[in-house]
Amino acid sequence: MRVLLAITLLISGASGALAASEADFKAAYAAAEAAEKEAGNLRNRWLPTETALAAARKAAEGGDFDAATAQAKEAEALAKASIFQATSEKERWKDMEIR
Amino acid sequence: MTRAAEAIDPVGDAKAFRDYFIKKFPKVKLEDFVNGPYSLNEDMRKQWEEKEEFPPYEFALDAGKEMFAKPFKNGKGYADCFPNGGIGIRQNYPYFDEKEGKVVTLELALNRCREANGEAPLSYVKDDMASLTAYMAFTSRGKPMNIKIPNDPRALDAYENGKRYFYTRRGQLNFSCANCHVQNPGERLRAEILAPALGILNAMPIYRSEWSGMGTISRRFMTCNSQTRAEPLEPQADEYRDLEYYLSYLSNGLPISGPGARP
Amino acid sequence: MASTIRVRATSSGENTEVQALVQHPMDSGYVKDAQGAIIPAHFIQQLTFEHGGKRVFVADWGPAVAKDPYVKFSFKGGQKGDDLKIGWVDNKGASDSTTAKIG
Repeated sequence: MRVLLAITLLISGASGALAASEADFKAAYAAAEAAEKEAGNLRNRWLPTETALAAARKAAEGGDFDAATAQAKEAEALAKASIFQATSEKERWKDMEIR
Repeated sequence: MTRAAEAIDPVGDAKAFRDYFIKKFPKVKLEDFVNGPYSLNEDMRKQWEEKEEFPPYEFALDAGKEMFAKPFKNGKGYADCFPNGGIGIRQNYPYFDEKEGKVVTLELALNRCREANGEAPLSYVKDDMASLTAYMAFTSRGKPMNIKIPNDPRALDAYENGKRYFYTRRGQLNFSCANCHVQNPGERLRAEILAPALGILNAMPIYRSEWSGMGTISRRFMTCNSQTRAEPLEPQADEYRDLEYYLSYLSNGLPISGPGARP
Repeated sequence: MASTIRVRATSSGENTEVQALVQHPMDSGYVKDAQGAIIPAHFIQQLTFEHGGKRVFVADWGPAVAKDPYVKFSFKGGQKGDDLKIGWVDNKGASDSTTAKIG
């Protein structure tokens, strides 16, 4: 009985985590946009970031918030990577220079 | 480990740059580097030499000559905006404008000329702009690149910005200009042979078979960015102007070979 | 208006080598523009070279030929100073022709 209860709770908890709400999407998208804005200030935006953001918007328009949130999170990861690249390259470029 | 602050030394940089390519390609004559991949691959060179009898940029060149001669609505012309009437001056661009405190490219100067005379500006990447610069480059063919860096800290900064841009990795593919054009000239990137960075702008603007048309330096910078999956900047972004300044300065003494044809 | 045909023909006494560059968009009809609409097919269907009243080279082209086509070929005969007549017709019925001297 306890095991069955535990399993039921586990399943309902898991499915709750799987289904993203519009609010989840909006939060994820806002985070992605903020990161992309910073990347833009560093003049180092990546094309796949913009593609992921567009895909997130499109999925959200269609009501598929799972996909939309996933794309938004991908966009945020890409944007953050581009920020890391711009920041680390500020010094690292010198390693490549012909002297 | 911290790097001591080093003085900006374009003369030293240029010598090191040149020595690097001469050492890497001992059989290539210095002036031949301006021919990009054709200086490094015999088979491609043969095909290119044949094509030069009837170059694909001929139409753009003729169009550019006509455009250059045609007066603006107010009666003035391009010749009024440039030294020597705009003939045989391409090798002096880009230059550092001490009044403005920025690098000015030939394309920027052309559009400013147009706007000062009541004409609409041209797109920076192709068509009419490429035809005009093709003609102007043609009138300078053979002349050595002649970029000046005045003794002005802003000019040295612009040069250094260009250098920094050149060596900085960018885009999702994490390539810098140097990865391809310093570390791997003569090697293949997919089906293309990479050009050496030395003299790389001397053939501009180019007719690129890939584009089925002409393109300016801006066009090439922007597409290079996209190819590393970096978002391109504006055609005459400060970064691009400074990059052009840096690359052109390093190629001082090498002949203008534009307009050019590339795969 | 300038001709769309550039040609250079050189005679070696026995053969004449011809090079021609033709200005034409050669749109295949399969490419879309920036708005997503198909750019209509617009290509040269036939390109002919005539010498001494005879056709020495005929090209029947379709959408696979790229923009501003370049042609190079040799034919037997032809002397310096002879006329070489070149003409093309495209799928829209437009045409252009020119006559060049063999050098």
